[in-house]
Amino acid sequence: MTQTKTPVPALRLSGLEKSFGPMKIIRGIDLDIPAGERHAVIGPNGAGKSTLFHLISGHYQPSGGSVRLHGDDITGIPPQLIARRGLSRSFQVTNLFPQLTVWENVRCATLWALGHKYSFWRNVERLADARQRTEEILREINLIERWNMPAGVLAYAEQRALEIGLAIASNANTLLLDEPMAGMSHGETEHMVELIRKVSENRTLLMIEHDMGVVFDLADRISVLVYGEVIASDTPERIKANASVQQAYLGTEVA
Amino acid sequence: MSQKTDMKIPALPSDKRSSFLARFGIWIVAAIVLAGLPYVFSSGLAVSTMCMMGTMIIFALSYNMLLGQTGLLSFGHAVFFGLGGFLTAWAMNAVAGTSSPVPLFLFPIMGGFTGLVFGIIFGAVSTKRSGTAFAMITLGIAELVSSSALILRHFFGGEEGITLDRTDMVQVLGLSFGPQIQVYYLIAVWCLISVAAMYAITCTPFGRICNAVRDNPERVRFIGYNTQTVRFMAFSLSGLFAGIGGGLAAINFEIMNSAQMGVGESGAVILMTYIGGIGNFAGPIIGAIVVTYLQLMLSDVTDVWQLYFGLLFIGMVMYAPRGLAGLLALQQPLLQTRQLHHVAPYYILALLPGLVAISGLSMVIEMTYQLAVKTAAGPAMVFFYIPFNANSPLPWIIAVILFAVGTWLFLRAARLAGDAYSQALAWRKLP
Amino acid sequence: MFEILFISTINGVLYGMLLFLMASGLTVIFSMMGVLNLAHASFYMLGAFFGFEITLHMGFWAGLVFAPLIVAGIGMVVERYGLRHVHRHGHVAELLFTFGLTFVIQEVVEMVWGKLPVDYRVPASLDFSAFTVFATTYPAFKIFALLVSVVIFLALLMVIRRTRIGLIVQAALSHPDMVGMLGHNVDRVFMLVFGVGVALAAVAGVIAGPVLVTQSNMAGLLGPILFVVVVVGGLGSLGGAFVASLLIGLVQTYAVAFNISLADVFGSSPLSGDVAFYLDDLWNVTVAQVAPILPYLLLVLILIFRPRGLMGTNNR
Repeated sequence: MTQTKTPVPALRLSGLEKSFGPMKIIRGIDLDIPAGERHAVIGPNGAGKSTLFHLISGHYQPSGGSVRLHGDDITGIPPQLIARRGLSRSFQVTNLFPQLTVWENVRCATLWALGHKYSFWRNVERLADARQRTEEILREINLIERWNMPAGVLAYAEQRALEIGLAIASNANTLLLDEPMAGMSHGETEHMVELIRKVSENRTLLMIEHDMGVVFDLADRISVLVYGEVIASDTPERIKANASVQQAYLGTEVA
Repeated sequence: MSQKTDMKIPALPSDKRSSFLARFGIWIVAAIVLAGLPYVFSSGLAVSTMCMMGTMIIFALSYNMLLGQTGLLSFGHAVFFGLGGFLTAWAMNAVAGTSSPVPLFLFPIMGGFTGLVFGIIFGAVSTKRSGTAFAMITLGIAELVSSSALILRHFFGGEEGITLDRTDMVQVLGLSFGPQIQVYYLIAVWCLISVAAMYAITCTPFGRICNAVRDNPERVRFIGYNTQTVRFMAFSLSGLFAGIGGGLAAINFEIMNSAQMGVGESGAVILMTYIGGIGNFAGPIIGAIVVTYLQLMLSDVTDVWQLYFGLLFIGMVMYAPRGLAGLLALQQPLLQTRQLHHVAPYYILALLPGLVAISGLSMVIEMTYQLAVKTAAGPAMVFFYIPFNANSPLPWIIAVILFAVGTWLFLRAARLAGDAYSQALAWRKLP
Repeated sequence: MFEILFISTINGVLYGMLLFLMASGLTVIFSMMGVLNLAHASFYMLGAFFGFEITLHMGFWAGLVFAPLIVAGIGMVVERYGLRHVHRHGHVAELLFTFGLTFVIQEVVEMVWGKLPVDYRVPASLDFSAFTVFATTYPAFKIFALLVSVVIFLALLMVIRRTRIGLIVQAALSHPDMVGMLGHNVDRVFMLVFGVGVALAAVAGVIAGPVLVTQSNMAGLLGPILFVVVVVGGLGSLGGAFVASLLIGLVQTYAVAFNISLADVFGSSPLSGDVAFYLDDLWNVTVAQVAPILPYLLLVLILIFRPRGLMGTNNR
């Protein structure tokens, strides 16, 4: 009963490690992300940010340590099982179903969570719940006009938005976004920030981002990853003030 | 990103049941066409050709559940076709002459069941891997089964195969299934049922996830699906339909031979499906019809017909990867905007030199064959009703000129046709 | 018994080395270009037929040199004007292209040389017996074939270890995804690798032709076994291909040598009735008769217990 005072974090990483051969990419990360927090991971190139996401989402098997989602151990289980437990992610490099239409892309991502699974006896067009959810998401990510275009022919920024759409379609409670603004123009970035703010309401968000303006604007807390280790994890203000962060990272990139 | 708010949204999909005609119209038309075909093509040869086409349509469509829908390249699909046929044959021989009340038209179920069972067994092994490794495993399994068939001579009948008698079943409604026309209607009904069922599967959650696996298997795992399960299910279900096709083939030919589940037969279904077009549901149907027809026609005219098929196939892979159905689908926007008549003359312009080039090439092939293999017949031969001597240089020179000039003109005309096509489309886009 | 074992072992190693000559080219092409060349065995067949034809006019040694060169030329043309063009349509199209090629090559061979075996003989200079074990003589040509494949194997090892091209190939074997970053001449490297790869298969054809039967179905007979080798070894692993080649070579030759069946060992079938009727075949089949299906059984077993193959790392 005393446990209830400190609620179980949405995501808890303990001593997480990953090596490729002799190279240690992630060197023991401990991190708690409370439910509902918007948390950003920043760090120089090659710090292991994407690798960290791959470990949490099941893309890679950790070499050591554990990942807990709402208290349940999900270390090393396949990505589809993690996705079914309500953790969803986007990718740094656009990763869609290029021949399927925008509508089909999103609908495919809604199907498992709505319980349709591998059904090969129900007409997918007549699933009212999937249709509603798909329409909702397409309106949310502002792609409703494009619904019948193949995803492969969309403009880059639209593909990035669809990438977010796929991540939220399953109604996951924990969202991992890997550089959602990468390669976007200034105007497009503003739209994306609004979109992320909107979709991360009532969700736990963990995002990797290089744009410091975006990070300090969106995040409740920030972790700084350098050479596979978290050197600081705190509120934006304190991260700005942190001397070692200044030295390791911010001093060189943010004037 | 910011579109004008008054921009028109294309009508969104609805989850309401569409009208009876919209849902079943195409199937009713198909049924009428199938029923009427024997009245149009009534010769014995035509009816037996259509019987073959019917079984091949099921076989090719079942193959496309793997290749076109799920992106799985299998080199052993004939295993399920063949095993389905053999088990159907055995089941029929078991009840033949007895008073067992199972009518003939139910036996393809036995084929389908066999296909499903073996699809599950072999699928459990092969779908552990995807991509190239999967393709090689299916090849290995095909070899395993066809080699084993030569060992298990009692069951598979060795080189001769096993025979059956379709007329020896209990007769319902006075149908003896002796005349080929009755077999035609049996195949037509099963073909329609199978095609409709396979189409229905493409419109289910599973069907759409298959497409997603084809497009980007890695991403599918992150939306909650186990790609191995998807591959396994697609593999088993395609085995089921291939088995139905095999059962019908057994009934049609009244003989099953282990060659019918060999690598050659698996290759034939790849050719059919791909030439027809894997990106479109109707593609394999077109492929099964066209390739079966060409097979029968070409094998009458030339001994090296398989070479022509190989060349046609490579040509399709290189220049028309979406197959015949893909080429037809390209014309759809032209039809919609009534622009086809602007482009069609260019198609004819390209077709004529294309035919010239093909005749040049086929002359070289036939002359080589005459000199190298048909040595006993001597160098005198007939090509297109024109007799000549394959040993003299003149026909060779003519052949090479036909091929070279034809190809050159074809390439030029093809470019013109391409330009005309994009121009016609651009026309539509103007405000 | 020892005699059979000894002869079978040499035969098995020879067969294994011939398989590896082909599997090595196949593996390197796969690692660099991501395409499993389904027509690889067809180039082996072309090697045998060109070897036969050149032997008729200029003697065996000319055949051993020129046949692989001609096949290399054909391979490079196929890569430059076929495969490279198909690349943009994706992997399935590439595989299907090489699949179509097997059809065409087979048909062309049948068109020129017919369907019956051709009389491709061991050259007179190598037509003597190398040694005699107990009462069995062993032909010198087979020893020669074994030597050729070992020499090529060693030469290949040197090229891969010591040359610039070799470095690129090594890089491709360990990091297949990085091939695209090798610079602007990557097209030329691809063409060269494809040419050399199919030339190795052609060498195997020239030296296997006189021992085995040179016939238009030889590609169809050997091709599937070759693909079993690369999958069992682990796709893209040269070491795995080597081990699997020898393994399958030995297993198949031993099986052929031991001509016994379950019936020979245990007496007539213990079963009776209808079941026995169908299982009779199984009971009376000899190990030698099963030899052709052993590679495929091995494939299935490997897949069940070690899906990535013996030495496979990258799951693709």
